Amino acid sequence: MPVICKARVYSMKALPSIFTLYGMPKRAFCHGGSREESSYNSCKNKIISPTISKDEEYDIAIVGGGMVGLALACGLSSMRLAKELSIAILDSNPALKLTVRFNKDGVPHPRVSTVTPATISFFKEVGAWEYVEKQRHAYFNQMQVWDYSGLGYTRYHSRDVGKDYLGCVVENKLLCDSLLSRLQNLDFKKTIHTCRLISMEFPSQGNPTTTDTEQVHMMSGSPGVVPSGNTVEQIHHGSSIKLVLSDGSSLFAKLVVGADGAKSLVREMAGLTTTSWNYPQNAVICTVEHSVENNCAWQRFLPSGPIALLPIGDKFSNIVWTMSPEEASIHKSMSRDDFVKAVNYALDYGYGSHPQSKFIDGFMHRISSISGQNMASMEEHFQLPPKVTDLVSERMTFPLSLRHAREYVSKRVVLIGDAAHAVHPLAGQGVNLGFSDAAALAKVIDQGLLVGYDIGEVSLLKKYEKERKTANMTMMGILDLFQKAYSVDLGPLNVLRAAAFHGAQFIAPLKRNIVSYAMGDQKWPLFT
Amino acid sequence: MTGASLRLCRSLLQRCPCLSGTSPNCLNPALTSSIMTRSLSDSAAPPAAIQNPEAVTKQSVSQGYGGIADTPRLRSSLNDTEVAKFAAIAETWWDFEGPFKPLHLLNPTRVSFIRSALCRYFRRDPYSTRPFEGLKIIDVGCGGGILCEPLARMGACVTGIDVVEKNINVAQVHAGLDPLTSSIEYICMTAEQLVGSNRKFDAVLALEVIEHVADPSDFVESLSALVAPGGATVISTINRSLRAYAAAIVAAEYLLNWLPRGTHQWSKFLTPEELVLILQRASISVEEMAGFVYNPLTGEWSLSDDTSVNFIAFGTKEIPPTM
Ligand SMILES: Cc1cc2nc3c(=O)[nH]c(=O)nc-3n(C[C@H](O)[C@H](O)[C@H](O)COP(=O)(O)OP(=O)(O)OC[C@H]3O[C@@H](n4cnc5c(N)ncnc54)[C@H](O)[C@@H]3O)c2cc1C
Ligand SMILES: C[S@@+](CC[C@H](N)C(=O)[O-])C[C@H]1O[C@@H](n2cnc3c(N)ncnc32)[C@H](O)[C@@H]1O
Repeated sequence: MPVICKARVYSMKALPSIFTLYGMPKRAFCHGGSREESSYNSCKNKIISPTISKDEEYDIAIVGGGMVGLALACGLSSMRLAKELSIAILDSNPALKLTVRFNKDGVPHPRVSTVTPATISFFKEVGAWEYVEKQRHAYFNQMQVWDYSGLGYTRYHSRDVGKDYLGCVVENKLLCDSLLSRLQNLDFKKTIHTCRLISMEFPSQGNPTTTDTEQVHMMSGSPGVVPSGNTVEQIHHGSSIKLVLSDGSSLFAKLVVGADGAKSLVREMAGLTTTSWNYPQNAVICTVEHSVENNCAWQRFLPSGPIALLPIGDKFSNIVWTMSPEEASIHKSMSRDDFVKAVNYALDYGYGSHPQSKFIDGFMHRISSISGQNMASMEEHFQLPPKVTDLVSERMTFPLSLRHAREYVSKRVVLIGDAAHAVHPLAGQGVNLGFSDAAALAKVIDQGLLVGYDIGEVSLLKKYEKERKTANMTMMGILDLFQKAYSVDLGPLNVLRAAAFHGAQFIAPLKRNIVSYAMGDQKWPLFT
Repeated sequence: MTGASLRLCRSLLQRCPCLSGTSPNCLNPALTSSIMTRSLSDSAAPPAAIQNPEAVTKQSVSQGYGGIADTPRLRSSLNDTEVAKFAAIAETWWDFEGPFKPLHLLNPTRVSFIRSALCRYFRRDPYSTRPFEGLKIIDVGCGGGILCEPLARMGACVTGIDVVEKNINVAQVHAGLDPLTSSIEYICMTAEQLVGSNRKFDAVLALEVIEHVADPSDFVESLSALVAPGGATVISTINRSLRAYAAAIVAAEYLLNWLPRGTHQWSKFLTPEELVLILQRASISVEEMAGFVYNPLTGEWSLSDDTSVNFIAFGTKEIPPTM
């Protein structure tokens, strides 16, 4: 009768020496069952899986506990199988350790996001939206986009797409807080490390030669001789990635998720390259107050870039104003009164007149009557946004850039959110794309677990990349095009740009598509 | 679709020679079993499988059987270049873009067939993390372990056997990289040889193997002998259909340059009906059957009713009347 070879033979031979060197073994992760109750119990080849040092081992390490990283954790926690995974979240932001910090009274923070109905559905699915609803947020059902040249405007109403609202403006802090509250109230194996990732060490798996040689040595090696540090780690952490943290500790993970923003260290360490464009522009953001409540999202294209006025609840609005770096520093340092004047000017007659409906309108009416399109939304008339009465927060400036990772995945590494794609904040799409990434990745991981995949396997992660890359690139392309169309003064060609606006205003199906796309319905905006 | 089937057939056909490394002999049952008997007698020491097969053979000749486990000489015979060679092959088996790409692409689809069939039969919750917890499953002709690993992650107690020792080594090294798969038991032997040991399994799987064996009926008899009463069997293979035939002519012509004549005899390919009959004779009744179809747009396989090229069958073994 042949004696049978087991993959883990060394666990019988080499372990005693490891025990003596490192003390009690601690059972590491497994994706099934609880951590205490080992998944190997039922098999007769019971495996003792010692952790060599006090390094912890996780199924997934999410680097970056920003909105998108936390959204992924929530997404995983609401999946049938993935909720059993052990997760580490790394972020130096100490806020991650606190509970309920959000205060709905007081002035809204200048950093806000316009979340789309698709994002809201995702938040509802993972159980985080109820926390948002308890605090200040602003649904809006109208949106007006117009042009300083006075030639074109578009007004969207949620009823154009048969919905109750077009989107909702929420402070970034509240989005993070809600996701975090949800995570804290769940029975989900997550550990938050409030420190930064410093470096990553990849298993020598691209060429398993070293690992394997060492394994064989281990198997046959004379007891008492334990190969030096790394070797032991290599063996016991198999093909996991080692993450070295700023507090000097380290941990291991089968899959590392880079949710660490536009300057992603994970991306850099994994050698994933990006394509980027720097716009010679900065965004000035702040919170302003009106004398009446604002319930429409406004955006006006000025010669230097767009200015957006977004409702944020009560009588407050958020401003995202794009301009050259020089103008930005002027606008940041000018007096409060002057700034308020500048804003009101920019949102009214500044740089050009209000759009009139003479020249192009007649033309557009003809087109749309020829094509027999529904005219319902043509009734929307141009309006003026409510006057800003005061500046109530600090003014923050951000450089704008567009950056896209050529690949989102490599062995045991996957990028989500701004780490994969940083877009122009113009259409308020940035974080929505990130939330869609998180939702898609959680689902792909769950489906992988269903058929016994190793969750770090590139072939599995590629399914996520395939799904998200097209969507993200489409949106980035559109935003970039918009940006380009407005960063040059087209002179007489402004008329064309205005015509495009008018086209959107008057040709109902086209407009519906654009609105749906902006709301996250993931359809091609023009070719459906 | 035909293109895809073509590709699959071709690489299924190709697979055998590359699996067996230097010896296409694996297909010759007589030779294979003589090789296997020799190396089996050496595997008394667990590490043997990871070592240079020739060295092991020599060792066993000089040392005879037994006492190997603690022999220092055996340890010192360890050859790093050989280990590196195994690793190089492991890269191929586990290289998603390598020669086994079709198998990797197909894997999630066949695993989900197995998952749903076994869960239904053994009354397991298909949506638990480890639905196969405690089930003893054997994968006959496991190759590099592409199927064994997901089954182990799903909780099964997996045994993988293959006639090609290098495949077993590769499978073992790869499984050792993940604690969830390191408990897989890999043995280098044929199904027939294992029958002699009287071991029984809750489920016996042989995917893409039956078309490579000398006598499918004998092979199925052996599989059946490994199934515990009331256990299950899953077999997948290529149909002897016009479509598969057309695909394989190209493959065969392509392969003729370097494959020994008669490696893949067309007549050995089974139609679904024939497979059902052969299984029936071995007391296994087929309860579910599905085809695999390839979608060139998504690059993914899915289950379908179309069994004209690749198909998979699930059967159960009657429980003999107790006395
Ligand atoms: C001016 C401006 C306005 C915007 N307006 C909108 C808008 O209206 N709507 C919208 O949808 N989007 C908007 N965006 C984009 C949006 O803010 C981003 O898309 C979003 O923040 C991306 O989230 P993220 O979680 O991917 O990255 P981030 O929010 O950048 O989070 C990254 C996290 O990773 C952490 N981190 C970084 N490095 C490490 C490390 N080495 N170790 C551990 N942790 C690390 C950071 O501390 C941070 O918490 C705007 C962006 C700008 C600049
Ligand atoms: C096409 S591969 C399939 C591998 C694996 N079952 C899979 O689907 O991933 C066929 C395998 O069967 C093995 N094989 C061929 N004849 C065999 C036999 N009589 N007994 C056991 N294994 C055999 C080969 O060595 C090879 O690894």
